[in-house]
Amino acid sequence: MTTGTLALIVLAIAVVGFILGRQRALSLVSGDSRKLHSRPGYYGQVVLLFTAVPALLLMLAWLFLQPIVVENRVSATIPDGVVPEGGSRSLVMSDVRRIADGLDALMSAGRFSEDDLTDMRADFVDVRTRLGEVGVALGSDVQPPVFEAAKLYRDNTSTGRALMTGAVLLVALGLLVWSFTRISPAQRARNASESFVKALLLGASTVAVLTTVGIVASLLLETFNFFKMYPARDFFFSTTWNPQFRGGSDLGIIPLLWGTLYVSLVALLVAVPIGLMIAIYLSEYAGKRVRGFAKPAIEVLAGIPTIVYGLFALITVGPFLRDWLAQPLGLGNSSSSVLTAGLVMGIMLIPFVSSLSDDIINAVPQAMRDGSYALGATQSETVKQVILPAALPGVVGAILLAASRAIGETMIVVMGAGAAARLGLNPLEAMTTVTVKIVSQLTGDTEFASPETLVAFALGLTLFVFTLGLNVLALYIVRKYREQYE
Amino acid sequence: MKDNIEGRKLVDQMDVKFETRDVQVFYGETHAIKDVSVDILDKTVTSFIGPSGCGKSTFLRALNRMNDTIPGCRVEGSLTLDGEDIYDPKVDPVQLRAKVGMVFQKPNPFPKSIYDNIAYGPRIHGLARNKAELDEIVEMSLRRGALWDEVKDRLQEPGTGLSGGQQQRLCIARSVATAPEVLLMDEPCSALDPIATAQVEELIDELKQNFSVVIVTHSMQQAARVSQKTAFFHLGYLVEYGDTDTIFTNPTDPRTESYITGRIG
Amino acid sequence: MTDMPHSNGADGIARDSHGGKSLLAVDARTRKRNASEARFRLLGKIAVAIGVLALVGLLASILSSGLSSFRQTYIDIEVYLDPAKLDKEGNRDRAQISKVSTFGYKPLIEQGFMEAIEKSGVSLDGISEKEVAEMLSKEAPAQVRNFVLADVERIGQTAPFEVLAGGRIDGYFKGRVTMESAERDRNVSPAQLELADRLREAGVVKVRFNWDFFTAPDASDTRPEAAGLGVAIIGSAYMMLIVLVLSLPLGVAASIYLEEFAPQNRFTDLIEVNISNLAAVPSIVFGILGLAIFINFAGLPQSAPVVGGLVLTLMTLPTIIIATRASLKSVPPSIREAALGVGASKMQTVFHHVLPLAMPGILTGTIIGLAQALGETAPLLLIGMVAFVREYPAGPPEGFFDPAAALPVQVYNWTQRGDPAFVERASGAIIVLLVFLVVMNIAAILLRRRFERRW
Repeated sequence: MTTGTLALIVLAIAVVGFILGRQRALSLVSGDSRKLHSRPGYYGQVVLLFTAVPALLLMLAWLFLQPIVVENRVSATIPDGVVPEGGSRSLVMSDVRRIADGLDALMSAGRFSEDDLTDMRADFVDVRTRLGEVGVALGSDVQPPVFEAAKLYRDNTSTGRALMTGAVLLVALGLLVWSFTRISPAQRARNASESFVKALLLGASTVAVLTTVGIVASLLLETFNFFKMYPARDFFFSTTWNPQFRGGSDLGIIPLLWGTLYVSLVALLVAVPIGLMIAIYLSEYAGKRVRGFAKPAIEVLAGIPTIVYGLFALITVGPFLRDWLAQPLGLGNSSSSVLTAGLVMGIMLIPFVSSLSDDIINAVPQAMRDGSYALGATQSETVKQVILPAALPGVVGAILLAASRAIGETMIVVMGAGAAARLGLNPLEAMTTVTVKIVSQLTGDTEFASPETLVAFALGLTLFVFTLGLNVLALYIVRKYREQYE
Repeated sequence: MKDNIEGRKLVDQMDVKFETRDVQVFYGETHAIKDVSVDILDKTVTSFIGPSGCGKSTFLRALNRMNDTIPGCRVEGSLTLDGEDIYDPKVDPVQLRAKVGMVFQKPNPFPKSIYDNIAYGPRIHGLARNKAELDEIVEMSLRRGALWDEVKDRLQEPGTGLSGGQQQRLCIARSVATAPEVLLMDEPCSALDPIATAQVEELIDELKQNFSVVIVTHSMQQAARVSQKTAFFHLGYLVEYGDTDTIFTNPTDPRTESYITGRIG
Repeated sequence: MTDMPHSNGADGIARDSHGGKSLLAVDARTRKRNASEARFRLLGKIAVAIGVLALVGLLASILSSGLSSFRQTYIDIEVYLDPAKLDKEGNRDRAQISKVSTFGYKPLIEQGFMEAIEKSGVSLDGISEKEVAEMLSKEAPAQVRNFVLADVERIGQTAPFEVLAGGRIDGYFKGRVTMESAERDRNVSPAQLELADRLREAGVVKVRFNWDFFTAPDASDTRPEAAGLGVAIIGSAYMMLIVLVLSLPLGVAASIYLEEFAPQNRFTDLIEVNISNLAAVPSIVFGILGLAIFINFAGLPQSAPVVGGLVLTLMTLPTIIIATRASLKSVPPSIREAALGVGASKMQTVFHHVLPLAMPGILTGTIIGLAQALGETAPLLLIGMVAFVREYPAGPPEGFFDPAAALPVQVYNWTQRGDPAFVERASGAIIVLLVFLVVMNIAAILLRRRFERRW
């Protein structure tokens, strides 16, 4: 039984519970619903909630925990001798999983039965070829202990599934009966149902917390694994980034950080003055018609996915800068460069900066403007000497938020900045960033055993800490600023 | 010295600072001010009174073209300052507002130091040739604003840190700093407590030695206390204008009387 | 009175500078200030112009390089489905016939092409037969093979086909390939292009609307002319479905709790801080989360829409929560008081009154969140959506676990290929993506207009 079917069955039982509960409540008062504490539907709801929710939660938890338990039990049966030199147990385990999956596929294709499998031994049968037939490709021939482990894995998994089905159905039916027998006219069904719903609402809002926990936990865990294989000192202080397939890589973050900061700086140099001037012009000067046209146009820029900007950098801006700037000046002949990525990212950030600044400028009270005009100041004097100083903390916050965006941006730099880790000053040369390297280290075949892959998590953690720090700071500044004018 | 001032005052009483004839103000379709003609005298406090929405603030804002900043607002008729039409296309409102300062209902100090608040106007208009002159203007303005003694030791502290009454006097001092000839005040005491109000009223009385002051107020007692001339506005019309004493003791128009005795308002 | 000398002095300064001067004459300083005002205003105009031009440039660049992908060059030929080659046994057994690979079909098509040229009377001067055959797409045999496998009874007949022309020929009609570039190109010769011109006049070669672009799966590096968005569109649609089904209820539930029920305490603060920070976490970090938790830990398959959908759900949640809370907040307290006043419970008030009134705002926010999710690329790269997938995923729900592509990732994928024809495809895919986004945003705007309520 698949988990989807099981979930549907639980829901069906719950619906039956709703109908039964409602009817029972009504029949207890012989149809006179005024004698009930709550409206009859609430009695049904209580049964429904008690039937469905704990059972489904159990199912979720089981699905989550079972792989861990099974993995540990199976992993313990694999003798150390099987683990190849330089490889790791987790690599062997991933083979085990794939063989198990392959066996399932063979089974469902009707190639052989459970009984055949019990007799099947890796020493006699060419498992690799047979699995190949159903599209499961293995890198090497299957060693007998691994094959046995795969069989054990299958056994454990299917037993676990069967147990789960039983347990879930038991919980659902048990709670259905229990909540059904509790129904009485005096039962505070509405309160019970509402408390239950409130708990569900609370549960939904903890998803955000769980996401953060998930992010932090996965980043920290894998970064920890990384630092077991690669010295943290080299990661943070080495100025070379040179990953090798066969080990002995240099994985220094400094050139990546430099590229990231350089591209972000260029982007901010483009976005901040332009975005700020747009905000000022549209909120202080522009007439209705200009605003009605320009504001949506700028907002459209904000709604365009970054992949579009990436493509723009790749096919238009990059070649343009190369042909008209880099080559004539003799400064390089790469179409991906810091300037390409920075310029395009700057365009992407313009609407971000301008809409944040717009909010901030509008938060400056009109009285401030009136005061300045009444003294005979011109509009630009008012903007430069009264509004901007008054809005300064807010604008600083907006710039920090934009910086955090720039640092975390991926697609534009992947397609526009290049892949060469380099510590240089020439903006027309290709450089690379933290996000580019996360992508390149984690796409393709990812085996979680080599420092070359795991370094991506250390990079991710660095990125996370950076952007989070900038955001917390920016939000703090902006909040302080808003409080000032409330 | 006293005689000197008294003497000047008598002569200046005759000076008409603002002369307005048949002034109309429109907000889009709304006709907010209708046919207002009034002469505002130099070195005199003139108060505009009337019920809410009668147009007194609108008219006040027309006098230094603050209405220009409101989209859709139109002013017709003739408004002259010292005989010059202030709505003449050749007039730069920036120059006009340096001559005709304005103080608002709610104190609105800039988020700058006390010193910079005062120095703002002189700086943009280039009234001081050097730092010493600027210091002098700041001190003079704060003295005129009756604030000098309270803030002279903390000129670099933010103006927003002052109390409400002090803030309003700071704003008055700020207006004074650009050496205007007319000071417009839009309900300058409505956000202040009685003690601060008394201080500001005292200040207004002193200001009239040097400026023509126009004050919009909701409080008839205040109008009676501080002003020599009073204009009563009702539904966009100027109903009655004359000496304050006359208006309050012997109004000619029944509407004025109703308002003063509290029957409309 | 001690300050009188001061005030007189200062008064003097003031009067010197502008007092008493006519208002009608603009003094030098004011003129200077007005000039600076005009400069500042001009700067503002320039900034706005740059913003608008950037948008125009961006769209123009994408449209100009991508619009041509909606048209495609085809060659009309008739192919004799030779039983001797395709069904040697002669028993029309589908399993047998399916063993004949595309190589078996190639000669048949080439023969059909030669016949078509002959029939049209176009001369083959100065061009070898091999070169003529190379003008056909490498995908053409597969087209014919699929046709045969769909109905084996057609073997032995002569059937008309509209086969794809090669990528370079297609590029020639779109202006991407020129005679000059063909001189330097190993894959095409000027003679082939001249022949293509003659054939087009003769009506054998034609350029028409490219429906296959929307339905066909991706194609390998050597046949850009066959690459389509079919799998990517399905993959994206699956993911959006998952995002919608998960993030709307979760987001609304979380917002209701935070807005209506949450007590003022540390835990609530923690949730609030979390949501505002999640909204700003770089999208790639969500990709890492998906890889580590959903794929490595929970063992979900790579490249599957279900993983993409889950990752995008987590990314979209903050957007939806923020929009929903704003929408709930805009329902005036008087409505809540009225409901509570007639004896409704807090929960009834929320679900019977507040939520329905807030629904348009919530839906608008959801659509905008979905639009963001639809264009998101970076996290999908990490969970393997970048893989080359030619098989259509099955129908839902099983299809959620099949490998699939996604629209934005397909764009990225194509930009990484060598053949410049893929740039056209990538831009075309962007146009499709943008059309979807525009439709979603218009829907959101209409929804807002239709139900906007002023209290």
